[in-house]
Amino acid sequence: MAKKSLGNIRRSFAPWTDPAAKPLVTFERVTKRFGAVSAVEDLSLAIHAGEFFALLGPSGCGKTTLMRMLAGFETPDSGRILLDGVDLAGIPPHRRPTNMMFQSYALFPHMSVEANIAFGLRQEGMAKADIAARVAEMLALARLEGFAKRRPDQLSGGQRQRVALARALAKRPKVLLLDEPLGALDRKLREETQYELMDLQSELGMTFLMVTHDQDEAMVMADRIAVMERGRIAQVAPPEEIYEKPASRYVAEFVGDINIFEGAIAAIAGDIITVESPVCGTILLDEEDVSLPAGARVFVAVRPEKIVISHDEPALSANKVSGEVWDIGYLGDYTMVQVKIGGEGGPLIKVALANHARRAERPIAWEDQVWLSWEIEAGILLGGEA
Amino acid sequence: MNARHKLRRLAVLAPPMLWLGLFFFVPFLVVLRISLSDSAPAIPPYAPHWPGLGEIGTFIRALDIENYITLLSDDLYLGAYLSSLRIAATATLLTLLLGFPLAYAMTRAPKVWQPALLVLVILPFWTSFLIRVYAWMAILRPEGVLDQVLGQLGITSAPLNLLNTEAAVLIGIVYSYLPFMVLPVYASLERIDPALTEAAADLGATPLKRFFLITVPLAMPGIMAGAFLVLIPAIGEFVIPDLLGGSDTLMIGKVLWTEFFANRDWPLASAVAIVMLLILVGPLLLFQRLADTGRRA
Amino acid sequence: MKRFRFPHFLALILGLAFLYIPILVLIVYSFNASRLVTVWGGFSLRWYAALFNNQPLMDAAWLSLRIALVSASVATLLGTLAALALARFGRFTGRTWLAGMIAAPLVMPEVIIGLALLLLFVGLEAGRGFWTIAIAHVTLSTCFATVVIQSRLVTFDRSLEEAAEDLGAPPWRAFLAITLPIIAPAIAAAWMLAFTLSLDDLVLASFASGPGATTLPMRLYSAVRLGVTPEVNAASTILIALVALIVVSASLMVKKNLLDTRR
Repeated sequence: MAKKSLGNIRRSFAPWTDPAAKPLVTFERVTKRFGAVSAVEDLSLAIHAGEFFALLGPSGCGKTTLMRMLAGFETPDSGRILLDGVDLAGIPPHRRPTNMMFQSYALFPHMSVEANIAFGLRQEGMAKADIAARVAEMLALARLEGFAKRRPDQLSGGQRQRVALARALAKRPKVLLLDEPLGALDRKLREETQYELMDLQSELGMTFLMVTHDQDEAMVMADRIAVMERGRIAQVAPPEEIYEKPASRYVAEFVGDINIFEGAIAAIAGDIITVESPVCGTILLDEEDVSLPAGARVFVAVRPEKIVISHDEPALSANKVSGEVWDIGYLGDYTMVQVKIGGEGGPLIKVALANHARRAERPIAWEDQVWLSWEIEAGILLGGEA
Repeated sequence: MNARHKLRRLAVLAPPMLWLGLFFFVPFLVVLRISLSDSAPAIPPYAPHWPGLGEIGTFIRALDIENYITLLSDDLYLGAYLSSLRIAATATLLTLLLGFPLAYAMTRAPKVWQPALLVLVILPFWTSFLIRVYAWMAILRPEGVLDQVLGQLGITSAPLNLLNTEAAVLIGIVYSYLPFMVLPVYASLERIDPALTEAAADLGATPLKRFFLITVPLAMPGIMAGAFLVLIPAIGEFVIPDLLGGSDTLMIGKVLWTEFFANRDWPLASAVAIVMLLILVGPLLLFQRLADTGRRA
Repeated sequence: MKRFRFPHFLALILGLAFLYIPILVLIVYSFNASRLVTVWGGFSLRWYAALFNNQPLMDAAWLSLRIALVSASVATLLGTLAALALARFGRFTGRTWLAGMIAAPLVMPEVIIGLALLLLFVGLEAGRGFWTIAIAHVTLSTCFATVVIQSRLVTFDRSLEEAAEDLGAPPWRAFLAITLPIIAPAIAAAWMLAFTLSLDDLVLASFASGPGATTLPMRLYSAVRLGVTPEVNAASTILIALVALIVVSASLMVKKNLLDTRR
């Protein structure tokens, strides 16, 4: 198989950048309230055929409600949901060309693995021989060949997950919905399954919509991620962009670790922005198309792994600050160092040190006086709104 | 919510709602009405006062509360209500004192034994109530099983003559209603996380304190449910006082039965029922709230 | 593995002894050759023979059985519907009414329900007999059936039904193919409870029956009132054995379900 070229295909796959491309799923100004609580608020979103799309957010942000509206289990209070150009309003769940893999898997406990997978096909009235063929195909796909006659309670967690997946795929839905698909698996199995799901999606060329609260899961698997915040979309972008260019402080803090400095814009010279921060003095950033005026209150965000730590003062005019090592957390692949700026009561800055070598030449120790610095490109400018 | 969905819900809701409305709720309106009628020596033995639409006024005027006046003025009825309450309350307390240790011991039994123990406690409840009361007649009667056993053991020399006493009625109620106490108490005891009492022990509470400060408060919903399940029906119990009680054991269920079947005074029997309902309305509402929240949680 | 501790073991033994000794006494005396309770006249089956030759008692048993079959079936159907409404419909208008009409008969003294139903039947000028007794029993048993089925439904994972609908089954088919088979043990338990309630009821039947319709408990009651009769002992023993057989086999069948509902 041409697995190697898959990466290239994926890299060039970006239908959302083409204004002429017709999306497969469109949410148009959708609102859903439960009593006084609004779960989804005036939300618009387009998902393209063949995409692996992730809805990412904390619990209660409305991501599951959004997916359940597409499946037909919740009805929007206003707005439209289109699938392949067809308005889904009024179409009950059992007539929608979407299938869902439930968070709890929802395997029918009184049916065998085989009967579970065949359930959806039987509802279509498919011929017996065709059902048998499709079930066999799905069992092979999910590596469950020997387990056709087993009941769900006789399977391991990972096997149950694969049955749920096979059952949802059996009808070849236009969109496969995955509700926290890896949530019930232990960590090791979760990592393996991530890549299996990605390969499966590429091979089948299907559209996957996944709901997750786990940023790593979304980052690894998805072509694009929609980060949700209290019923609204905070940002839709590919994983790299979400991480490197978060659109707001919320996104920056939700995805990965980050240090945030408050400050005000002192000068704008082309792409180079100068920010004066009370904590770490002058900060220089390289940022295009800044619409903020000089004097505006802003936040500058810097990822911990982009900060360099040293005992000697670096020869830089800006983007540096000194402090005392407050805490060192060894995490195996890297070490997280927290540096206190300005003594007792001052803010902490996180620095991630990759553990390239088994032993560093001159290790950082508790209570060391150190200098932190970063490149102009490392800083991210975020609007000043709370 | 679309029309088909609504129709489907209606199809589910309507049959039980209509059935219970017609055969449970409406009958009480009939009882209420007849309790306000005059008794008459006929069949049916009351002078009916069904109102036509035009005769509402006549109907209202014809209603009278003489049955209720009789109830209040005759010591027999007042005494029967009071002694019903007293006997039922005493029996409820005794059932709790017997049922709680049993339920507690069940939760402390090895896990593999618990389903079997549960079945053993439920089993008598499935066998005929009448038969179980009858069994006690054989035990309690003079020269019956109890007297013989106690006599053989030399504990008593003369018959106890327990049958046809209030004590026999209490035994009968406790015996018949014990599963109704044990099951809810067991259910709530079983839900208690064992880590809670362990935590209390870890924090220095003695076994007795752990029991009264942790276990009992957390078992309260079960205890309350069990108490209502015993108390409310026991107040109106008929079979037990009739078979095990004596002529001096007054209970309102028996009075109602006698008024109805022996004296054939239907209006008075209805008034007895209405007053009993009024007494039960508070506990009933409490029980209903308890049951509803319990089942939804 | 946790073991029995002595005080708990003692409480269990005493409690179970209290529950079972009266029943055992009854069973033992049903095999007593003597008519007198106080005297053991040796082992005999004569009261069983007498029982089966007692035509009125046999007729009453047959009537009770038929009423129990009919009323248990109707009550289970109504109870399933009521349980569905209470467990699934959220806060609909009339919920309080339905919940109230389900909870009240569970504890309400039977003399009140019996009297009320009789007065209704008289008011409707309905001929009293088989059907009025059956209606009375359905009314009471529906409430018990509802409680049993509802407690199973609240723990039922709704996503199973959603999964079925998601895979193309219309709601009614999702209910029949998924929900019904899974809650079937609870429905069976509800039916058996309704059946034994009907078979056992004296008070409601006494009010609701008319001339010529005498159920088994009514016969037993009048026999008991006259004093201890060994035939009643024999009848009771048969009934107890029957119920024990059904309950024990059912509980073996339902055990898993029982454990599920308690979770």
